[in-house]
Amino acid sequence: MKLVTAIVRPERIDEVREALERFGVNGMTVSQANGYGQQRGYIEVYRGAEYNSDLLPKIRVEVLATDELVDGIVDAVISGASTGQFGDGKIWTIEVSQAVRVRTGERGASAIS
Amino acid sequence: MNPVFFSVGLDVNPQTLDPGATAWMLAASALVLLMTPGLAFFYGGLVRMKSVLNIMMMSFGAIGVVAVVWALWGYGLAFGPDTLGGFIGDPFANFGLSGLASVIGGKAPGLPDMVFIGFQATFAIITVALISGAVAERVRFGPWLLFAGLWVTIVYAPIAHWVWGGGLFGSTGIIGSKISALDFAGGTVVHMNAGMAGLMLAVVLGKRLGFMKDPNIRPHNLPFVMLGAGLLWFGWFGFNAGSELAADGIAALAWTNTLLATSAALLGWLLVERLRDGHATSLGAASGAVAGLVAVTPACGFVDPIGAIVIGVIAGAVCALAIGLKFKIGLDDSLDVVAVHFVGGLWGTLSLGFFAVPSAKTEGGLFYGGGLTQFWPQILTALMVTAWTAIMTTLIGLAIHKTVGMRVKEHEELTGIDITEHAETAYELAMVGGSFNPGEPQNGKTPSSSGEPETSSNGKTDRMRSKAST
Repeated sequence: MKLVTAIVRPERIDEVREALERFGVNGMTVSQANGYGQQRGYIEVYRGAEYNSDLLPKIRVEVLATDELVDGIVDAVISGASTGQFGDGKIWTIEVSQAVRVRTGERGASAIS
Repeated sequence: MNPVFFSVGLDVNPQTLDPGATAWMLAASALVLLMTPGLAFFYGGLVRMKSVLNIMMMSFGAIGVVAVVWALWGYGLAFGPDTLGGFIGDPFANFGLSGLASVIGGKAPGLPDMVFIGFQATFAIITVALISGAVAERVRFGPWLLFAGLWVTIVYAPIAHWVWGGGLFGSTGIIGSKISALDFAGGTVVHMNAGMAGLMLAVVLGKRLGFMKDPNIRPHNLPFVMLGAGLLWFGWFGFNAGSELAADGIAALAWTNTLLATSAALLGWLLVERLRDGHATSLGAASGAVAGLVAVTPACGFVDPIGAIVIGVIAGAVCALAIGLKFKIGLDDSLDVVAVHFVGGLWGTLSLGFFAVPSAKTEGGLFYGGGLTQFWPQILTALMVTAWTAIMTTLIGLAIHKTVGMRVKEHEELTGIDITEHAETAYELAMVGGSFNPGEPQNGKTPSSSGEPETSSNGKTDRMRSKAST
């Protein structure tokens, strides 16, 4: 099992979710995040004074997946999140040693199907 | 015969009451009072999220204190019979407004004195509230209320007496009998006064922690700022047009000039921003509008519409440029009260020397055939008001600061003045856990009155107290 984590633009979250649902993903965790990549932040100007905001608002999408579905999930996120501009985000996957469905107690792949 | 008058025992002669003017002035007074809650929104949006309730409370607190002080002795000091050679009015002649309930035409033809008293009370209220913007996010609420009461008594009331109350600058006053300065609706009494008081109080209290370093010290809610500016503009029609104390052509001129100067100032500020910063901002539009309102205040009944537009566009540009001075000299005038109200008020006061239209009260300004005759009285008035305000505000501020303490403690400022002074937060963005304990206040203590986490009677550490001390 793996955990797919994607950091995407806030305005692309609907497209990402639709792409994942089309691929067959049944559940995900979405949270607000802040960060920056190569493009760094932005500058705000209030009454002539400049304020640098390094951390841009982003959305973090997390999906638990069986090994064979990971590549397809990553492709789905890319298809939904990509605009071709700086700031489109990052996707990474990590190994997950165990997953448990709280309601039934199922463990492993059956817990995330 | 109006039964309402007789039911409250007032001796009113309907022959002398001007119903039209009275109705207008009652409405104008309410409009001016609305400016202070409007200011609360204007200032509220300009501070950080953790300070919005406190700065709004400083405005609302000013309403409470000043209205009561005004009724007890403030009105007498400002508009009572001359004492000390016209320096102040007699606060005891009508203490508590006694004997004034049935007077009609005492201060303006056809108006019950109570209308005039209420109208002037709203001016005193907003003048005090304006000062709070210079010292936002670092003043203890109780000492602020004490300052409000002392300042309106010692600084505002005498100046109001000089300019409007028949004192030094009145037509029979020591100075006013020789020169004739103009101030239609309060450029000196309200705006220069509040701006200079804000400057001196900011000097007394010092900078906020993180001033010119912390990028989080910036406006947290620009829609609030726009809402507040809109309410101020709305109320300012009562402020300026109401200052005629009648429903007549001069009031209409003041109303129109208030529209025109404000609009021109909005454009002037945005032009400076576009050229200097590359963007015309919403904060610039709101700030420019306020700068125009300030500048046209002393002039609105004495200039023609073209004069109002020129006064406005210059006010917007000058105030926008003046904002940058606080960073150059390192003065933390939190919300730019000095740049907008003192500079705007000074410009408006001096502008009458150029743009005043000839009338019964003036030969006219430089551009209207009067030469510089109107210019010098304007300068002298501005200097006297500035000097009195600067000296007395400093003394009042130091007296409070050195005795009961006016500034919050460092950890309280870092935690946020809303939670430490008022035990409230404006926005609950991420609350987890906690408890609810109805009817058992913690002995009236504020969450961080001790500065350390405290343990409640049930042995558990209070969530808010822990939060406030970290």
